[in-house]
Amino acid sequence: MPIVTYRDALNQALREEMQRDDRVFLMGEEVAVYQGAYKVSKGLLQEFGEMRVVDTPITELGFAGIGVGAAMVGLRPVIEFMTWNFALLAIDQVVNAAAKMLYMSGGQYNIPMVFRGPNGAALQLSAQHSQAFESWLAHIPGLKVVSPGNPYDAKGLLKAAIRDDNPVIMFEGEMMYNMKGEVPDEEYIIPIGKGDLKREGDHCTIVTYGKSINLALQVADAMAKDGIRLDVIDLRSIRPIDTEMIAASVRKTNRAVVLEEGWEFCGVGAQIVDYIQRDCFDELDAPVVRVHQADVPMPYARNLEKLAKPDMNKTIAAVKKVMYLP
Amino acid sequence: MARKKTDAPADPGLGATDAAQRRDLLRSMLLQRRFEERCAEAYALGRIGGFCHLYIGQEACGTGIISMLRPDDYVITTYRDHGQALARGISARAVMAELFGRSDGCARGKGGSMHLFDRNTNFLGGHGIVGGHVPIGTGVGFAIKYRGGDQVIACFMGESVVNTGAFHEALNMAGLWKLPVVYIIENNRYGMGTALERASAIHDIYQRGAAYDMPRGVVDGQDVLAVRKAMGEAIHRARTESMPTLLEVRTYRFMGHSMSDAVSGTYRTKAELEEYMQRDPINVLRAHMETQGEIDDTRMAALDDEVKAEVQDAWDFAEASPEPAPESLWEDVLVETTT
Ligand SMILES: Cc1ncc(C[n+]2csc(CCOP(=O)(O)OP(=O)(O)O)c2C)c(N)n1
Ligand SMILES: [Mg+2]
Repeated sequence: MPIVTYRDALNQALREEMQRDDRVFLMGEEVAVYQGAYKVSKGLLQEFGEMRVVDTPITELGFAGIGVGAAMVGLRPVIEFMTWNFALLAIDQVVNAAAKMLYMSGGQYNIPMVFRGPNGAALQLSAQHSQAFESWLAHIPGLKVVSPGNPYDAKGLLKAAIRDDNPVIMFEGEMMYNMKGEVPDEEYIIPIGKGDLKREGDHCTIVTYGKSINLALQVADAMAKDGIRLDVIDLRSIRPIDTEMIAASVRKTNRAVVLEEGWEFCGVGAQIVDYIQRDCFDELDAPVVRVHQADVPMPYARNLEKLAKPDMNKTIAAVKKVMYLP
Repeated sequence: MARKKTDAPADPGLGATDAAQRRDLLRSMLLQRRFEERCAEAYALGRIGGFCHLYIGQEACGTGIISMLRPDDYVITTYRDHGQALARGISARAVMAELFGRSDGCARGKGGSMHLFDRNTNFLGGHGIVGGHVPIGTGVGFAIKYRGGDQVIACFMGESVVNTGAFHEALNMAGLWKLPVVYIIENNRYGMGTALERASAIHDIYQRGAAYDMPRGVVDGQDVLAVRKAMGEAIHRARTESMPTLLEVRTYRFMGHSMSDAVSGTYRTKAELEEYMQRDPINVLRAHMETQGEIDDTRMAALDDEVKAEVQDAWDFAEASPEPAPESLWEDVLVETTT
């Protein structure tokens, strides 16, 4: 199978969907001439022209709204945010417009569009550029939220998002764009809302999504050396969420660690823990433990940033805690 | 709101310099230049991390503007803030230590390159969200007027900022309420890879001031003396009439947008870059001083040595400064309320 980067997997998804449906267009900062701030849209301007690959001024609120308007009357915009930190400027259009239009129009206006871009921390980008916002948007009824953690999932989920007739939020990761993985030549679509059991084990479950899945897999590999077998669930979609997969796994392992990149308070992990206690209360052998960013804005200094982020040691410690291991 | 109206035109001597002041301006620009050349080196060595946006080529803007301010005035700016921080008098040591992520940095290692802050010099920060600091700077203008002071705030931004909603909202209020803010548009022709003609419906940026009934002007940003004059008039209006000004300063960045952006090739040609580099702001001032007999090769070399030593000292200081203590991770989230 061809080995493809996460960046190129997204590029393939965009290209294929734009070839398939001429209502699909890409809009955002530096997506055209510069070929994408992270080169995700490389070659698309050349192939599809400037009506379909559109560079905008630095106007997140404006171009997000332009996307919503175009979607109301039948186009299928893909709006790229250079990062989700900047999408805060556009949150009004995402939350008050895209997520509400169908409901408040009594079902008359659906919004088939995608808002996508990198989310979460990279390296030493400091407080304003290192935030993970998935819990903010997953909070909103009327949106779907996906967060792929490898090239295969990135391509399949972006294609599903573009074909979806609803607004879909896609969280990528700056640190993942160079990540390589197998991506088949044949077309495939990954259904939104279905998780993927990326490792099977019976001692403890790790539930996560997005970039953190790679950390969870490293943890699983490291702990396997000590004979600890982990079920690693990659949710891939945060809303809708695959509660059945979570419940089935926890019923098997009786223990769970929930890992996410962002802050603890009102995080996605809190919602997952709630599902676990609802569905598996009698099967739990230990309280669920969460791993997340320290409850502070992201510091710049390298040593502090390292302390703030979830990592192998913190995740292994969490697994040991739920397994009552020293 | 009442406002005092002065009919007298601004003193034509505003911004004028003597030989000693010109030497200071030259030194300040040279310090910024040598400092940032070492930043590029430190970045390559991994001493500086994250995003790092250099000011090389644009030094005359910050230097000219800030040299006109009083110590009790304020400065607020973007992530491209090293040069302005140095021009404002934050020590090279404290800035370098911040870039190295050390505890003696001007933000204790918490902010880094994009977020230099210093309460002692009223340096209200480098800000990372394009446009976000423009309303904040306007709020400082509001507070000055509220308290009846005669300070001003210099609010720096790149030319891309004028396309944001925050800019429009803020300047409208400043025009409406007559706030003592000088908005300085550092027009270096590009916002990342996007030429201004591809992002703004009008190309004479300063004309945007018309929409807010705001005094406006444009000045050669490679000529520090011209920048001072233009700023002198704007400050005069702000102090005596509480009037905002939109000042477009035309300049060019000699480096890539940040350390990860190629200097030329993608969105601008090497030929264009080289043409603009002909007007290096340091050389422009130096040439002027040469005609006045204020500088020659020997004195320039001595000044350069002096500045390089200061930068080396800053580097050594930063390297010796300890990393922030682990417990400082949890500090500065909220402040203890004392009342
Ligand atoms: C709201 C927002 N959108 C996008 C970015 C990413 N970004 C950082 S700097 C920049 C270009 C800004 O250009 P300009 O205002 O001209 O300033 P310059 O970098 O040229 O000094 C962009 C797009 C950001 N920081 N904030
Ligand atoms: Mg610019």
